[in-house]
Amino acid sequence: MKRALLLLATVLASPAAAQTVAITGGTVAIGDGSAPIQNGTVVFRDGRIVAAGAGVPVPAGATLIDAAGKWVAAGMVAGFTDMGLVDAAGVGESNDASAGSSPFAAGIDIAPAINPASIAIANERLGGITRAIVSPRANGSIFAGQGAVIDLGADADPITRARAFQYVELGEEGGRLAGGSRPAAYAMLRDLLAQAQDYRRTPAAFDGRGRDSLLKRADAQALLDVLDGRTRLLVHAERASDIRSVLGLVATYPGLKLVLLGATEGWMVAREIAAARVPVIAAALADLPASFEQLAATESNVGRLRAAGVEVGISTVGANDAPGEHVLAQFAGNLVGIAKVPGHTGLSWGEAFRTVAAGPAGAIGMDAEIGSLRPGRRADVVIWDGDPLELSSAPTQVFIDGRAQPMGSRQTRLRDRYLQPQEDALPKAYR
Amino acid sequence: MNIRWSGTAAMLALAACSGGGDRPRSAGDAPADRGAGREAGPGHNKGYAHDPFPSTYHAYPGVPTLVRGATVIDGEGGLIQDGSVLFADGKVVAVGRTLDAPAGATVIDAAGKWVTPGIIDIHSHLGDYPTPSVQAHSDGNEATDPITADVWAEHSVWPQDPGFGRALMNGGVTTLQVLPGSANLMGGRSVVLKNVYARTMQGMKFPQAPYGLKMACGENPKRVYGGKGRKPATRMGNVAVDRATWARAAAYKRRWDKYEADGGTPPDRDIAMDTLRGVLAGEILVQNHCYRADEMAVVLDMAKEFGYKVTAFHHAVEAYKIADLLKANGTCAAVWADWYGFKMESYDGIGANLALLEKAGACGTIHSDDENGIQRLNQEVAKARAYGRKAGLEISDGAAWKWLSLGPAKALGIADRTGSLVAGKMADVVLWNGNPYSVYTRPEKVWVDGALLYDATDPKRRPVSDFELGQPGSGDVK
Repeated sequence: MKRALLLLATVLASPAAAQTVAITGGTVAIGDGSAPIQNGTVVFRDGRIVAAGAGVPVPAGATLIDAAGKWVAAGMVAGFTDMGLVDAAGVGESNDASAGSSPFAAGIDIAPAINPASIAIANERLGGITRAIVSPRANGSIFAGQGAVIDLGADADPITRARAFQYVELGEEGGRLAGGSRPAAYAMLRDLLAQAQDYRRTPAAFDGRGRDSLLKRADAQALLDVLDGRTRLLVHAERASDIRSVLGLVATYPGLKLVLLGATEGWMVAREIAAARVPVIAAALADLPASFEQLAATESNVGRLRAAGVEVGISTVGANDAPGEHVLAQFAGNLVGIAKVPGHTGLSWGEAFRTVAAGPAGAIGMDAEIGSLRPGRRADVVIWDGDPLELSSAPTQVFIDGRAQPMGSRQTRLRDRYLQPQEDALPKAYR
Repeated sequence: MNIRWSGTAAMLALAACSGGGDRPRSAGDAPADRGAGREAGPGHNKGYAHDPFPSTYHAYPGVPTLVRGATVIDGEGGLIQDGSVLFADGKVVAVGRTLDAPAGATVIDAAGKWVTPGIIDIHSHLGDYPTPSVQAHSDGNEATDPITADVWAEHSVWPQDPGFGRALMNGGVTTLQVLPGSANLMGGRSVVLKNVYARTMQGMKFPQAPYGLKMACGENPKRVYGGKGRKPATRMGNVAVDRATWARAAAYKRRWDKYEADGGTPPDRDIAMDTLRGVLAGEILVQNHCYRADEMAVVLDMAKEFGYKVTAFHHAVEAYKIADLLKANGTCAAVWADWYGFKMESYDGIGANLALLEKAGACGTIHSDDENGIQRLNQEVAKARAYGRKAGLEISDGAAWKWLSLGPAKALGIADRTGSLVAGKMADVVLWNGNPYSVYTRPEKVWVDGALLYDATDPKRRPVSDFELGQPGSGDVK
């Protein structure tokens, strides 16, 4: 252990470049759906994975980290978050998740607003989350704007991919935002896309700067990116019939690259989703009829979608996200647990871990870059003191882009300050 | 855990409640003028009805059952490897290493499985914020006045909430306290329910459980009423309105105590003041939503000023900062495992909260406040233990269960009847298909008062609420 710590200190002190690190002896969880590998090795160099698995040779000169008795897993990818956009969701002054009074909607790009110093970043990194899909929230239009994929590294550059997707509401919430009904939401969708095409044809004539224009130029450009498939369209829909309507959009707009969010009743249309090759970022454990669009909710949703061949990542959508995104490991573990319950469709361990790793990365089109320990991926590696999905486990070391991350947070500082609640010779403020 | 007082207080209160065999008469029944001669009053607590919506809950039929070969957590802090639990006629008969099955008993071989007391959630809004969460179902906050001690959560409870079934099947929850929301300083009375579907709220009501008074400090009341241009708009306004109300309640109590003892003209009834009088008499337990350490300390002093007890602070994300103060006051903290940072007053939440309370010898319990979280309270405790371990605090399998059943039972005043597997207590029992602190474990069977109300292996023992019947997903695994 001491040796490992010393080696870690070396890793911490050096830049990622030209570093080769080999983590040996641990149970390796690749994140791509494969089963965990006992006594495996993970090698990364220059911030990228070289190899991971059994029988992987350790390159000469590599910095060695002994992970015997531990797990070495791909860093988790949080499927749908507001990380870096809020300090505390209820504190409106600093909350950048939505902009109901803005004249802009689809053109909104959250990337410049991401704050890597927000306390949630370090706290959730300590829970094994290394990347997050960050989305704006719709408010004032069915379109919310363009979300990003970020890393949770303790550095100044959080953006992995800006404008990774456009977010749109097309269920009950979409109806509300469009003025009161689902048909109004579809009218808004079709009209805004038509205006974007007007803008493409004759940009000079496009009235995107007028007071009463429904679509600004920035919005129109963002929607052209969606129509052309340069930007994925992340669609929030829960009800089976809503999902069918969303899948049907491709007939009119063949360039769309759809991703479904929520999809609580997805299991009822699983074969259609699979046939359309549309990935899902699912509400992980939604099992209540929380609304009339979620009547058929069941914890078997993810398992049934996966059994039908759908690409699935999970998220905290539909759950209270007050615990932070690290609960995704717990949610994935539950998807393994229900497999033992008669009638339920659960997941194998490897498939469950995939829903918090390559699953969400693949859903957003980035599984060649993040979400697993396969060769060439960014070296987001977490050493756990036990099974990453088990409640008693915690990360002991986190690497992002091959860089060892600090293992403290504001929460651990508070904990340590109050291990004894009584004040000492000086008030707590001096500890 | 220094929370014995709450059980004792509750038992005294129960004795007071059930003192007379007859239904207490209401104030309206009392003759305004009993004649010229001096007459005694109606007697203590007999001036008006204290239980006008009595429980009609009854235990469903069960069979004598012996679960053997299991890992048994008794709920009192103990754990028995390869142990047995015997229950019959709705009550726990015995817990031990090896027990003999009485003639005709159902015997369950539970090797590799665990048996625990049913989980008790001390903070739920099932029934008063039921799913589907449509506006028509928003029955948890009477947010029309900062003081609504007159409202009773039980009058909002919809016994067909699909959430009750989920909490039973996925969560092993057998008892829960349903509270009004936290918009108001005094939000109204809570109600304790057995987690058994019934046609009526009364059919779920835990017999003879003391009522709670939901109070709230901090951001919610001042935001809701300050936003309407009304008092309170600040934390100091919160305390001012509370104190003015307690002062009125003290006077109300004096008038009614005097009347009940001495007779004369009955004082005017005030339904809100009835509740506060009950608190001042120790008959109704204060369940106080409060996040920040400094505010909890102010509330504890306010309670001393007016002579009542804060049974539990709920949410209490900063309880770890004043664990010593909570211990000294005999006040529990009912908390989440890891919620933090969702509003300003939760910014300092930490996962080690529960473990640090335990370390200081203060009373802590888990709670959900969430229709999803209530399905995984055992997992929440497992997480809280893990955070404790990170801070160097080990809490055993047996001891940790006190956060899930006996602790909440004490803070609800029902620990004499449920919350642990002790002979004579209600047979509220969960058989888990593995270690309940593992994420991979689920309830296999759940008994309430000895009746088998969930069996993972029998679709006929899977409750379906009226709302869900005949709709998409009806009868599916959930």
